[in-house]
Amino acid sequence: MSRTGRTTATKRAPGAGPLMEFVHRRRRGAELYLLVLSLVVGIGAYAAVGLGVNGQVPADLIKHGAWLAALVVAAHVTIRYKAEYADPVVLPIVSALNGLGLAMIHRIDLAPTGHPVGSNFAASQLVWMTLGVLGFITVLAGLRDHRRLQSFTYTAGLAAIVLLLLPLLPGIGKTVNGARIWIHLGPLSFQPGEIAKVLLVIAFAGYLVLHRDALALAGRRVLFVDLPRGRDLGPILAMWLVSLGILVFQNDLGSSLMFFGLFLVMLYVSTERPGWLVVGGVLFAVGAYAGYLTTAHVQARVQGWLDPFGKDSPSYQLVQAMYGMAWGGLTGRGLGQGSPQTTPISWSDFILPSLGEELGLTGVIAIILLYALLVERGLRTALICRDNFGKLVAAGLATVFALQVFVVVGGVTRLIPLTGLTTPFLSQGGSSLVANWVIVALLLRVSDAARRPPPEFSDQPADMDSTQVVMMR
Amino acid sequence: MSELTLVLIRFGYLAVLWIFVLSAVSVIRSDMFGARVARDQSRAQERRSAKAVGKARAKAPKPRRGDPTAVVIVEGGNSGELVPLAAAPLLIGRGSDAAIRLEDDYVSTRHARIASSGDQWYVEDLGSTNGTYVGSSRITQATAISLGTKIRIGKTILELRK
Repeated sequence: MSRTGRTTATKRAPGAGPLMEFVHRRRRGAELYLLVLSLVVGIGAYAAVGLGVNGQVPADLIKHGAWLAALVVAAHVTIRYKAEYADPVVLPIVSALNGLGLAMIHRIDLAPTGHPVGSNFAASQLVWMTLGVLGFITVLAGLRDHRRLQSFTYTAGLAAIVLLLLPLLPGIGKTVNGARIWIHLGPLSFQPGEIAKVLLVIAFAGYLVLHRDALALAGRRVLFVDLPRGRDLGPILAMWLVSLGILVFQNDLGSSLMFFGLFLVMLYVSTERPGWLVVGGVLFAVGAYAGYLTTAHVQARVQGWLDPFGKDSPSYQLVQAMYGMAWGGLTGRGLGQGSPQTTPISWSDFILPSLGEELGLTGVIAIILLYALLVERGLRTALICRDNFGKLVAAGLATVFALQVFVVVGGVTRLIPLTGLTTPFLSQGGSSLVANWVIVALLLRVSDAARRPPPEFSDQPADMDSTQVVMMR
Repeated sequence: MSELTLVLIRFGYLAVLWIFVLSAVSVIRSDMFGARVARDQSRAQERRSAKAVGKARAKAPKPRRGDPTAVVIVEGGNSGELVPLAAAPLLIGRGSDAAIRLEDDYVSTRHARIASSGDQWYVEDLGSTNGTYVGSSRITQATAISLGTKIRIGKTILELRK
């Protein structure tokens, strides 16, 4: 039987063919090693905060550390059983960022004039992180194949739009800090936009997989750029109107920018046509200018961006943050040694300047690098994924992180006008944290499918009527 | 708490943060060469089999007798065309960059791909609109094909020949 002899030989030759030239290892050990390091980062920051503020190791260090470690180990075990080929770097990065965020929120809790006395944001953040990890485990355990999400394309899109509109409903919607993006149901309150961004990625991916060809092929060439056909502009115009609606009715510059940017990037990724970027860029410029002319909110943000130190500049917050970062310098004041609490909302939108003040430029670069690595892993997953839907979902989810970090970090460092978005995993904020953990779970689900070696086929004579036996490794 | 201790904590913590970042980078770096273990094994196996033959051949193994050498279009607009497999992976589609270019309205621009892994040939759908069929079932991932397996793409049927 020479045939069977050949089969065993082919099984062991992953480097031979162009189709399967790359076999990923599981790397769960490497993940565990990085997770231990990430816990050192998170718990170490917590201890350093206690030492810096009170001069002693915090009394609840063991409790806090054990809780954090238990959550991380639970996530790791879930990956071992449910997504054993998933990327080994994503979870440790998320765990380190989350641990660091918790420590920083705790640090601002300890500060004398941080925010209303008696609030304990760190404790509630830890509860939200627990919910986030539960969501993570649920997604990984409940969703065995990301391609099943494709059948929910339009459901997800509809749900996302409903969620985005919910805060506008009188009764449950509420305006907080000028933006109408919260809903309140009894004692609970959350930002539906955070959930909507996950659903929108699924909806965009499902839609673009089906309509890619029409969007990519038709069109005419103007000045070296392939412009799309007029009638294919429908979806992008719809998305533009939705983003503009968020801007005008909810006063939420950040989300508006993120949703439109996300759609544009996914459109570009799926069609490979720069023409869409041109169209989208023009639409964005028009929308942004119209927003600037009509909304006082946007005008204030732009003025605060161009001239924060002016006489009646509205950007006290931004100025405080910049003084804080300048005081931090290259290596920072040390955890617990600065005074980040003088910046309003230093525990949420402005947590990065707070970290910059206490960890310095060195620390902030490390944090931004961690985000860059996270996005890189997402895009890498998109590159190696074998199905188009998975590619688009992974690219979209990575783009969500990339845009969100760019918008918020650019805002607080005065690169672009300040817009309210949370810094993923660092900022205090429950809806954002839970949604981001779910995003990570989806990313790992796609990554697991992408890195898993393709199933082996039994080398039976190819009789067309007989059933092929597929052996899953 | 003395000033010196606080400075040590400050720099110690930054060091921990950067050790974590660099470890993550090093895991990513080693992950790029993820196939190393498997490839080493296959190379060792090759070496072993070369020894068994008795001489070290550096050249690529010659195609064995009985292996497919070409794709033939047996049905459809381009029927009768024969494309050698030597240039694999072969892209099948309506686009100008396709190795097997089909004049068939039901075929996508980049429809499917034929490639090999070891001795086994596979056909893989590239997200086409109308799908790729092996036998009577629509394929969702790389599917093994052998001599005479009918691959249907649009109105065209292809198969591997010796």
